[in-house]
Amino acid sequence: MSKFTFPPSIRSRPVYGTLEARDGAAHLLIADAYGAEAILDVATRSMMETAHIIYIPKGCDFEGKLRDLNAASFYVGPTYAAAASRIHKALADAKMGLQVYLTGTEAVMGQAQHAAMQAGIPHTAIQTEHRGSTARRMQCVHCKGITEDVEVDPFVCAHCGLNLFVRDHYSRRLAAYQGVCIDAEDHGNVPKSKGIYE
Amino acid sequence: MSGAEKIAVKVTEIVPVNELVTRFKFERIDDGLLPTFSGGAHTVVEMPDGDITRLNPYSLMSDPMDQNAYTISVRRDDEGRGGSLFMHNSVKMGDEMTISYPVNLFSLDLRAKKHLFLAGGIGITPFLAQIKQLERFNGNWELHYACRTPSLGSYVDELTSHHPNEAHIYYDDENEKIDLVNMLDGQPLGTHLYVCGPKGMIDWVRKTATAEGWPREAIHYEEFLAPQPGKPFEVKLAVSNKVIQVGEQESLLEAIERAGVDAPYLCRGGACGQCETRVIDYTGNFIHRDHWLDDDEHKSGEKIMPCVSRFEGKTLVLDR
Repeated sequence: MSKFTFPPSIRSRPVYGTLEARDGAAHLLIADAYGAEAILDVATRSMMETAHIIYIPKGCDFEGKLRDLNAASFYVGPTYAAAASRIHKALADAKMGLQVYLTGTEAVMGQAQHAAMQAGIPHTAIQTEHRGSTARRMQCVHCKGITEDVEVDPFVCAHCGLNLFVRDHYSRRLAAYQGVCIDAEDHGNVPKSKGIYE
Repeated sequence: MSGAEKIAVKVTEIVPVNELVTRFKFERIDDGLLPTFSGGAHTVVEMPDGDITRLNPYSLMSDPMDQNAYTISVRRDDEGRGGSLFMHNSVKMGDEMTISYPVNLFSLDLRAKKHLFLAGGIGITPFLAQIKQLERFNGNWELHYACRTPSLGSYVDELTSHHPNEAHIYYDDENEKIDLVNMLDGQPLGTHLYVCGPKGMIDWVRKTATAEGWPREAIHYEEFLAPQPGKPFEVKLAVSNKVIQVGEQESLLEAIERAGVDAPYLCRGGACGQCETRVIDYTGNFIHRDHWLDDDEHKSGEKIMPCVSRFEGKTLVLDR
């Protein structure tokens, strides 16, 4: 199951759509894990002639299928951090008319969206489609450390060790949700962790 | 009182720019400072002309940081309802007039990496202020300006002498055309496009840029619609309990104001949305001319923008 319907929430929470092929001078497609399926769905032959696909497999086996799309440029990297310099270079060289497609986990879409925004693309003009894991990239509001791939609520900050409540309050600048200490008033009174969407 | 706050000014300079365009300079009557503004802002000028007071928006073209005076350029429209003719024929040096605080519906998006300006004719005026604003912090911009003939090219000399690398001029009578597709191609990521000029030009630029994959958020346009004359009609204002007649040469908004009813407005050109008015009942047809309501709202018969839209028919009852 690579598709998940997120429950309705506050306005701060990002809403993802379904990728659609748009006219443009060039196409930058960035995905991790099951996001590959959304790329396979949206790709057209004419799009691939000017497409640059950047893929982070995270253990998924879609590399061969993506390679078969014959995009003008195809890169596979182990992590977002490893792919970041290539993403920044692609955006720095890009011209108006570039279409950006982001798909996969919220963490990769959020970080790539931030890079595209910094490059001058209005965030509302960047297409996104969620696929795969619903784990979140969380920022601890106390120590500012980022904890990746958080699946449970509450969780322990990987940097300062506080017990953090997973909020839907999201920052496009940080590409992260906000984690707030859950037992600040009453130390040690921490509810049992459960899945974020349970 | 509706609309932006008012400023009492006197006319301190009237300069004919060419056969069609005249420039007016306004300074405060009390010798105080005018508010600064942002490039792209307009002021609404009150023109008392016999029984009617026209309020027309004009883009401010002076330096947005210059608080001593505002300047506007008015193109004479012999077919219009007379606002521009009033400015050209009746306004004299030293006249006292009322203008509004600046209102900006066409501001620069300062997140842009580059600003690409496309002007047609008198549509150059907001860009003159925006260029002055950008020059203060070394902004990255480029102007493509289409005029009918060299003699009608308002401010061409100023632009080409101060900004020889940024300003590009095209004369219709010399068959020079903006090569739009080629110009859009290769603009750096983060470029924002701004167009001001005749309706046909705005439509052409928006359509072409969209087809080239430019996001709508990066395409900015300003087109003030002057209210068009039309058949007189009768309107019932339900809240104020008045029945008013809208004359051939006045807008619905002007007729409401003439009846002493305070109605909200800002741009008076169908763009800002301030004057949106709920329709309570009607028998007849709306003549919608605004850019504010979408097609479905126009068809619904539930809303009207009285600054530019009219009505033909038996009854119209408004929630005003």
